[in-house]
Amino acid sequence: MEDSQLLHLLELVIAKYNYWGIAILLMIGLYAMIAKSNLVKKIIGMNIFQTAIILFFVSIATKWEATIPIIKHAHGGHAHSIHAADYMNPLPHVLMLTAIVVSVATLGVALALAVGIYQRYETLEEDEILGQLKQEQIQAEESGGK
Amino acid sequence: MRRAGLIGVLLFGAVLLYSSHAFPPLGDPQSPASRHVSDDYIEHGMEETAVPNLVTAVLADYRSYDTLFETTVILAAGIACFFLLRRYRRKAADYRLYRHIDTGITLIIERGGKEPEDSSEFERIDAQWVPYDLIINKAAGLVVPFLQLFALYVIFHGHHSPGGGFQGGVIFGATVILLAISRDLRSTRQRFSEKRAVYLACLGLLLYAGTGVACLLLGGNFLDYGVLSRLVAVDPVMARSHGILLVEIGVGMAVSAIMIWIYYNVASAGRHDEGL
Repeated sequence: MEDSQLLHLLELVIAKYNYWGIAILLMIGLYAMIAKSNLVKKIIGMNIFQTAIILFFVSIATKWEATIPIIKHAHGGHAHSIHAADYMNPLPHVLMLTAIVVSVATLGVALALAVGIYQRYETLEEDEILGQLKQEQIQAEESGGK
Repeated sequence: MRRAGLIGVLLFGAVLLYSSHAFPPLGDPQSPASRHVSDDYIEHGMEETAVPNLVTAVLADYRSYDTLFETTVILAAGIACFFLLRRYRRKAADYRLYRHIDTGITLIIERGGKEPEDSSEFERIDAQWVPYDLIINKAAGLVVPFLQLFALYVIFHGHHSPGGGFQGGVIFGATVILLAISRDLRSTRQRFSEKRAVYLACLGLLLYAGTGVACLLLGGNFLDYGVLSRLVAVDPVMARSHGILLVEIGVGMAVSAIMIWIYYNVASAGRHDEGL
């Protein structure tokens, strides 16, 4: 009874192994974004998350016994019918092509923000930045009270 | 915080994995994503655009609005990095450092002192000791032209093989970044200045949008390349292919220049000195 259930679970994992891998990557990225206090580690977590979504889209595009979405013998001169089942789905590839470049650009902006924060506070640890902010607030209140 | 995060992430993962049984199996030709519009692209893309690479055809023709604004997003990201980091005014340092390349001796020149004139023998450095690696320096210089040629091939051959503006543009940007990493930012900036990068980025986006406006002026819809056949003596299907090429060149210019621009600003924290 126990064995057959375990076997069933294993079958489920193997049949949908791409989704399991993607879900684990998403979890790693989300955990890094939530739990890590270093800002650069958060940015790396965001990038892992984006990569997992890109993998998800690309894995959706695959078809068994199909080739890349470039029409074969396109300019061969002789006409031949094109079957959709012979070529992979081009649409997710297009979406991810732009998403990869945009993710690089957002990574650049995130790193620029991190550099700016480092110049201001001389640390990238979230708790230390919060401590400094609190201290600044206290000082501002004291000087305002006088 | 850490424990709450872990619990949240595990819940999130459990929901994802629980819902995975509702997804189609890997490689299923009948999966929802691969029906409807995708089949239409594959079966009619070639006869409608004369571009065998369907990814390029969908990217620059069927979904060209999307691509136009993705490129705009990248330009906005480049501008954001510029405004976040770039600093023009800063106090002048008390001394400048120059290295004699052959001997590796570092000269410290105080303010007002005479600076070396011959730039082939001396190079300006920022730290007291910076490793100078002849092998990396020369090898990077040797591969960069071939990489740039490959980048142009990827852009211009995107119709018939895997490639296109985004990929080729990123490769081209990477060659300049390779120079900046292997040498230093200051000498790379002399070859490819920030101003040139900004002009190239804006020109690329202008080429993209200008192609769309040209279609508009010729009586078609925005980015409807078929009407370009009135300008060049080809049939409307071939005109779509040429319109896609124009757009891809624009994307390649914009992407390569913005990658370089972002690297310049982030790597040197906006100071544009020696960099990494």
